[in-house]
Amino acid sequence: MNLTLKVWRQSGPSDKGRMVTYHVEDVSPDMSFLEMLDVLNERLILEGDDPVAFDHDCREGICGMCGMVINGVAHGEQRATTTCQLHMRHFEDGATITIEPWRAAPFPVVKDLVVDRSAFDRIIQAGGFVSVPAGSAPDAHSIPVRKEDADAAFDAATCIGCGACVAACPNGSASLFTAAKITHLSLLPQGQPERLSRAKAMVDQMDAEGFGGCTNTGECTAVCPKGIPLDAIAQMNSDYLKANSK
Amino acid sequence: MTATIERGSATAPVNSPKKAPARKRPGGFLGSSNGKKVVMAVTGAVMVLFLVAHMLGNLKIFFGRDSFNEYAHALRTLLEPIAPYRTLLTILEIVLVVSVVMHMWAAISLSRRASHARPVKYVAKKSQANGYATHIMRFGGVTILLFLIWHLLDLTFGVVNPEGVNSAPADRMISGFDASRWWVTLIYVVAVVMVGLHLRHGVWSAFQTLGWANRNRYRALRVTAAALSLVLVVGFLAPPLAITFGVIK
Repeated sequence: MNLTLKVWRQSGPSDKGRMVTYHVEDVSPDMSFLEMLDVLNERLILEGDDPVAFDHDCREGICGMCGMVINGVAHGEQRATTTCQLHMRHFEDGATITIEPWRAAPFPVVKDLVVDRSAFDRIIQAGGFVSVPAGSAPDAHSIPVRKEDADAAFDAATCIGCGACVAACPNGSASLFTAAKITHLSLLPQGQPERLSRAKAMVDQMDAEGFGGCTNTGECTAVCPKGIPLDAIAQMNSDYLKANSK
Repeated sequence: MTATIERGSATAPVNSPKKAPARKRPGGFLGSSNGKKVVMAVTGAVMVLFLVAHMLGNLKIFFGRDSFNEYAHALRTLLEPIAPYRTLLTILEIVLVVSVVMHMWAAISLSRRASHARPVKYVAKKSQANGYATHIMRFGGVTILLFLIWHLLDLTFGVVNPEGVNSAPADRMISGFDASRWWVTLIYVVAVVMVGLHLRHGVWSAFQTLGWANRNRYRALRVTAAALSLVLVVGFLAPPLAITFGVIK
């Protein structure tokens, strides 16, 4: 496969950045998207050029490090797939592919396609935890949890914090991420004591970071590699409302 | 001897660790994005309930001019003689003005927040959620506001109505939508369809914002929102179209 890439190049946080066109030849359809970029980077290094910086770690779709906006869609058009699990067979030979970083003020570009997602860490620090002695893992049946609650909590807990929801949201909102973290804990018995204070602290931190508000467009859940459902946001809204009406 | 190639640092420059940004914003519930959404949901609900009543009242024109005029008069004399003339109507007007202003305040505030959250736009952006109605909410809101101003000047204050202000409500309505003023009817058609699209997203969105939605209810909520929008569009367009095409004289 021969491809034309239009890649966002930005040498550092203060650089203005621009799109640069590259041609990549002899791409195997079995390569992952990141492997295709590796091929490009190897060539750039050999030519003495600066390789395209992008985040990645496990390349198994579970760590949440990778992520780029491919042809206008976070993680590309393949549903429920991280960039590392996206394969070149989904693209046509001779295609032009646009690659951009997540674009949001709270996610400043570090370099090229790498953005600083510390804002998510601070949202977690604000309340994404349970204050109970952890100790060793308890027996699975020591605290009974309804099957429905366990399933819904697990759906939310699959969030890998990649930031695709923010990237896709027309408002640059982090509602799906924050809601997933809130819902994950608020559906389980261990999360009950801090349920309302958690929702309040995390939503307020989300606002303080400069993320936009949710307008229920559903763009986030459509691109989420883990398919976090939109009703997590309803759960967050409900908890936040209760926290504020006390 | 090993040759060293100067290629710059191997890792990307790391931003200096920063504290949580101290963003200036009004504190409290109404200062939060979620709080503003609740304002939008509640004021929106007030306006939707008003629209349903307004639409039902309009349909009185199909029972004749007198029926419509009596209904308009009754709105003003409700609660009389316990309360003075126009008490209930004035209260309703105040509630509506407050709702419209707060709905707009929250919308403008959230739009500004959204544009600050994405200072650099995408070169390519493709929507993945199917929702034409969803993506024209802000544009639709502005259109509806402009229409509201025209509508009040036309049928409430009579400034741009051929019958003027000192006329019977039914006369203003029937003269206003006369076939010779077909463009007025056209404005109404465009505006009412815009209201319908606004509510198609707005109604279910309000439930989501208030935390009353969940995966088992989404389908029902969307169907309800679409049905309510359709009923309102048909109900509001029936009188003007009937007048313009000479069904009501």
